[in-house]
Amino acid sequence: MIRTLPGSRGYMLGYRVYIALFYLFLFAPLAITCILAFNDSNFPSLPWKGFTLEWFTADTLERVGIFHDQNNLKSIWVSFQTAFFVSLLSLLVGTMGAFLFEQEQFRFKQGLYFLALTPLVIPGVILGISLLLAANSAGLFVEERLGIDLALLRPSFWLVVLGQFSFITTFVLLVVSARLRKFDPTLEEAALNLGASRLDVIRLIVIPFLKPALIGAGAVAFLMSFENFNTTLFLVGSDTTLPINLYLQVRDGSTPVINAISFLLIVGTSLLAVTNLLLSGQTTKA
Amino acid sequence: MRRETKIGLYIFLAPVLMWLLLLIVVPHIDLFIMSLRGEDDLGEAIWTLDNYHSFFSERIYWLTFARTATYALLVTLLTFLITFPVAFYITKVVHRRYSAFLTILLLMPFWVSELVRVYGWMILLRESGVINHLLLGMGLLEQPVELLYNDVSMVMGLVYTSMLFMAVPLISSLEGMDDNLIEAAHDLGASKLTIFLRIVIPYAAPGITSGAIVVFMLTLGNYLTPNLMGGKNSLWFTEQIYNQFIASFNWNQGAAFGFLLLLLSSLIIWAGLRLSRQDLGRALT
Repeated sequence: MIRTLPGSRGYMLGYRVYIALFYLFLFAPLAITCILAFNDSNFPSLPWKGFTLEWFTADTLERVGIFHDQNNLKSIWVSFQTAFFVSLLSLLVGTMGAFLFEQEQFRFKQGLYFLALTPLVIPGVILGISLLLAANSAGLFVEERLGIDLALLRPSFWLVVLGQFSFITTFVLLVVSARLRKFDPTLEEAALNLGASRLDVIRLIVIPFLKPALIGAGAVAFLMSFENFNTTLFLVGSDTTLPINLYLQVRDGSTPVINAISFLLIVGTSLLAVTNLLLSGQTTKA
Repeated sequence: MRRETKIGLYIFLAPVLMWLLLLIVVPHIDLFIMSLRGEDDLGEAIWTLDNYHSFFSERIYWLTFARTATYALLVTLLTFLITFPVAFYITKVVHRRYSAFLTILLLMPFWVSELVRVYGWMILLRESGVINHLLLGMGLLEQPVELLYNDVSMVMGLVYTSMLFMAVPLISSLEGMDDNLIEAAHDLGASKLTIFLRIVIPYAAPGITSGAIVVFMLTLGNYLTPNLMGGKNSLWFTEQIYNQFIASFNWNQGAAFGFLLLLLSSLIIWAGLRLSRQDLGRALT
């Protein structure tokens, strides 16, 4: 039943069949999505009508491939910008949080740490509506008292960034903290003894040590933001992100252009995932 | 020196406090306050429990709530039953050479957006979908059958979406387990079932709790999968929240629903942590 204790043949065969079926279940929807992106048919379904690249490249009245689909291209660009700002902000604050909880001592540290973990266990929809409500209340307050209409506090690009940042930071915090815990404090002491300032130590010794974790966390933060749906749904304004835009299209019927976009997403994220794995050498961080 | 560390503390503390207070604490307090607000007959804003009262008096609301909670528990259980043998296979059965490869293969689909995964299932399952096409082609079906838009497809979609969050903690807890424990039990004559129930499961318990908590929370708060795979009658509680906010524009009612969902999810997570004697920090890392 384990490597050193082989089971009966029937048992092992059954087990292997189960594993094979599991991986089939895992990859079937993705494989079929990719295959149908190249089917020369107006619907993303079988029968197979021949290979075509039109769902990527066409620009005719009947078919508009993804490379000419302004609506989807725009939402991809919005998602890129969102993910860029979210990963930048969450890396910054998440890393500061890791230093705070790993290296500083202060009152209520346990309580604050607990609070910092909660965003990961609050359902994304709830985060979205609370932030929408709070931004709205703040917006009303600012308008009444100061007479200024702040666009930031209405559903908008920056509200989406804030909403995603609010829980992705916790993720960065956990990844960076795990790495920081392995840091040998004698390195820091040595540097301090030799006359380095605290800032020098962080800049020249701790940050290079944290680099793999920072790259890994940054990549995952980027992906989490790029793909976020639940929180974004309530905060999104006129700049729709790709997942929201795709959702609206899938809900109202679908064309193989969605398969083409999915294909690009699958290829893109797989490349990012593999690069990340090779760079960080970690396999079990999701 | 002492002074310098103090400044360091404030530099780190300020952004973290801003983040947690402005984006987490205040919004959730506002959520609670909004859920207690309403209008009287003259349209004046007042404090009221009406939003909670209508949750309990309207059957559809609390039935949807109970339905969502039950299905989320079912999904958590199914996800565990399906992924546990896989995690055990990867860590204990297959040749070590393939472990890492199978783990990466397992993680791959989950890097892809949930929307793409759900979409993949939709084109497989729907009436004009791939599975129907294959079954018709093989002569197993006379007429296409709608396989999508029912509770079974919805639960399957939710399980599919959740598997990663169960598999990763299971794999990492089983990886740490010494094979000698199983060998010793085997040598002493324990059956497979006994070994699983008395040795493997208790050893993996922390991983099981972490996985179960995350899966339950994500399923409870999922909007996309029930909405697209469960069809018109999926009645997931997050859809009620969405309807109150976006369709009826009744934010106070929506806030009450949101607060109830948050309460339920926190309660179950707390109970899970208590039962397994873990704290939140350990369950998440």
